Amino acid sequence: MKRREGLSKLTGRERYVDDDRIGDGLWVATVRSPRSRGHLRGLRFPATPGVDWSEVVVLDHRAVPGSNVVKLIADDQPVLAHEVVRHRHEPVALVAHPSRRVARRAADAVVVEIDPETPALDFRTPPQAEAVQRGPDNVFTRLAIDKGDIDAAWDRAARIVEGVYETGAQEHVYLETQGMAAWVEEGPDGDVVVVRGSMQCPYYVHAAMMHALDRPAERVRVIQAPTGGGFGGKEEFPSGVALHAALVALATGRKTKLIYDRGEDLAATTKRHPSRVRHRTAVDEDGRLLAQDIEVDLDAGAYLTLSPVVLSRAIIHAAGPYACPNVRIRGRAIMTNSVPFGAFRGFGAPQSLFAVERHMDRIAATLGLDPVAVRRINLLRDGETTATGQTITDGSDRHGLLERTLAAVDWTAKQAAHRAFNAVEPTRRRGLGLATVFHGAGFTGSGEARLASVVHVAGLPDGRIEVRTAATEMGQGTLTIFTQLVCGRLGVAPDDVVIADPDTQRVPDSGPTVASRTAMIVGRLVERACDDLRSTLGLDPGEPGSAVVDAVRDWHRAHPGEDLLGIARYQPPPGIRWDDETYRGDAYPTFAWAVCIAEVEVDLTTYTAKVLDFVSAQEIGRVLNETLARGQIQGGTVQGIGWALLEDVVWEDGGMANAQMTNYVIPTSDDVPPIRVLFEEAPFPHGAQGAKGIGELPMDGPAPAIANAVTAALGVDADRIPLIPERIMDLLLDQPVAEETA
Amino acid sequence: MNERIAITFTLNRRETSIEVDPADRLLDTVREDLRLTGTKEGCGEGECGACTVYLDDLPVNACLIPTFQVRGRRVDTVEALEPASLDTLHASGATQCGACTPGVAMTGRWIIDHPDLLERHTIRALMAGNLCRCTGYDGIVEGIEAARAPNDRTGDAD
Repeated sequence: MKRREGLSKLTGRERYVDDDRIGDGLWVATVRSPRSRGHLRGLRFPATPGVDWSEVVVLDHRAVPGSNVVKLIADDQPVLAHEVVRHRHEPVALVAHPSRRVARRAADAVVVEIDPETPALDFRTPPQAEAVQRGPDNVFTRLAIDKGDIDAAWDRAARIVEGVYETGAQEHVYLETQGMAAWVEEGPDGDVVVVRGSMQCPYYVHAAMMHALDRPAERVRVIQAPTGGGFGGKEEFPSGVALHAALVALATGRKTKLIYDRGEDLAATTKRHPSRVRHRTAVDEDGRLLAQDIEVDLDAGAYLTLSPVVLSRAIIHAAGPYACPNVRIRGRAIMTNSVPFGAFRGFGAPQSLFAVERHMDRIAATLGLDPVAVRRINLLRDGETTATGQTITDGSDRHGLLERTLAAVDWTAKQAAHRAFNAVEPTRRRGLGLATVFHGAGFTGSGEARLASVVHVAGLPDGRIEVRTAATEMGQGTLTIFTQLVCGRLGVAPDDVVIADPDTQRVPDSGPTVASRTAMIVGRLVERACDDLRSTLGLDPGEPGSAVVDAVRDWHRAHPGEDLLGIARYQPPPGIRWDDETYRGDAYPTFAWAVCIAEVEVDLTTYTAKVLDFVSAQEIGRVLNETLARGQIQGGTVQGIGWALLEDVVWEDGGMANAQMTNYVIPTSDDVPPIRVLFEEAPFPHGAQGAKGIGELPMDGPAPAIANAVTAALGVDADRIPLIPERIMDLLLDQPVAEETA
Repeated sequence: MNERIAITFTLNRRETSIEVDPADRLLDTVREDLRLTGTKEGCGEGECGACTVYLDDLPVNACLIPTFQVRGRRVDTVEALEPASLDTLHASGATQCGACTPGVAMTGRWIIDHPDLLERHTIRALMAGNLCRCTGYDGIVEGIEAARAPNDRTGDAD
């Protein structure tokens, strides 16, 4: 099936939040902290051309009727700063005006007076005493995984291999910036505060609004507008945007709109957590892993946001998809006075997988082995266990996936060709890099059981079937996949299927649109709700779609004015065991697997690395829609290429100094080759039609594959990304490229 | 605040008269004054191409054009494209979130309508002014290729 809303998007008819008029409403703009840390003394409103302050609405923290907190895991992030600021660009006040331009100009003109204090800015070094703000050492969260006994393994090792790996921040750069409209409408129990805007998780926004506006559930309404990309950047962040738009609507009674411009969006919104990961590994002479000792540190930024959960996923993936009997992993999320880091596609796993996959190549180099050899010997076999002790028996052929990917690039022959090329080329070097990765699908551990997601499938009076979930379409294909699933389950035609807009007044809480869970978990609930509807109608599974449509119409004739609903609630697959205290057990109901190979050329004159070829082989359970699935893999891969080679957040006092698309560079069509995608299918019995999560897996492999290729090309260890030309130059000047002898 | 300027230009083949502020960008005029919201703002600094329109048949970034400069000229927006002319882009997965898509459709159609360009440039080079964060560009490139050679294609061979 083609993307359902595809033509509407291609012709520009899709209506995003900024496409709606607000009539005589107010444009809201955010006044932000110019400092990373300090005491807030007050605001000044200097005379400014084009701004008549008597026409400008100004609100600060006193406008928050409930608790001044953006509710998430911890109640530490204020809606609007009060007394202290903890990062640059932190929201301090709101201004509003009927003119968008005047509102923007007014926000820029407000002077925020701050007595500065010493910030903590580098998570890699212990904070100075006067920069300690959380506990004794600014560590927000510590997590640990232990398997076997690593201490007994060091003496038996043929070699002990150590390495330190670092990854930088990454901006989501969804092409539609953050945006929200708000208004107040009358409801049966009093007035209702409504927001409509760009978001992944309507019920996260709903919970945050209830808390900060001190309102019961029925007096807050959240509607997702078509959303122009999310990638995690619209998971938790829109709650604050919604509150800001809503506060002005509440205070003035007028409709409001708050749309970030690109510079503000780049500077002020969450980004991927920077990481530093240390590996110390005992191996035998064949490269077999005997013990892995791993420390994962993440820069959390100024507020906790989702960092404990990101850290959790980071450490669970930190040992890689390998069978090692003895593993010790220690993870820390560390507070700094940077703009808070948050959810971003992959959610911690890309950082720790970058480290372990670079480290596997270092192990191979130390032992004089091919990188393939250390994967072949260690890659999980059926019945072997991950770092948390999860036994892998999911029907996937991981070793076959590796071999078939190698064959797709003709690994050995290509390596020989590169040796020959590098021997004669004066200014260019080529290399191949490999990464074998996995990604746990759905929420970690008992997360899905706690969420207890609910899905409704309604039969409408006209015979159509309406899917009611809180799962959002942000480009990944939710509308199309759900339509396919209903058609597959009930036999109806696509035109008979309606996907309800995610509106908290109309749809149940089917959980957030995150963690690659929509097709696999919510999709499965859609199927089960279809089954429930069919059984309510008393229809056998064999009955065709036309009979379903007729039965729905007949039911409504017999029950005028009533709702005809099929309902499903999440139940964990049988046999899943997880212990949140010890981090032992089945971390995920299943894993998706990938093997990536990058061919890279480095120009020794410009120090530019370019990807010449990229093969991504994916085992993702059943592929529900090949065009959409391929698009996920290709798009995620190109985001990974950007993270590896181009995307460099430049920091200045904990804020982004290059908050422009001119100098925060994401890949263009001319920067990347065609991404070759190979699918293999080992259906997951508890996913919709056998599907596993797919959205995040493609983010995991590209960066380590590319860094390994750069290392192979240059003979110097590329252990930090992004590998921008300046960094490649530093690597080479530090350690000049050896003359090739083919 | 500023004196407004009256201009007349041809928008989507219709003569259009409007008063604009000297600081108005063509992007603001078509989206906010003329309510043609198909044209999107992605960056406001001419980097992303989401606001691509045709000015006298050439693709330009509407965020970089002061509206008063289009006096007497021809402007076409995504609303002027025939939906049927976008079928190959639809089938190839050229759109995901849709925010860059109207700009991609404009540049893509322009390449399709000017095949001589491809004697000297690749599709990837010609599309490099339109940033897309979702697709990785393969779906876009394939959709343009398919529109150029509708009879040669039977589907997407990976």
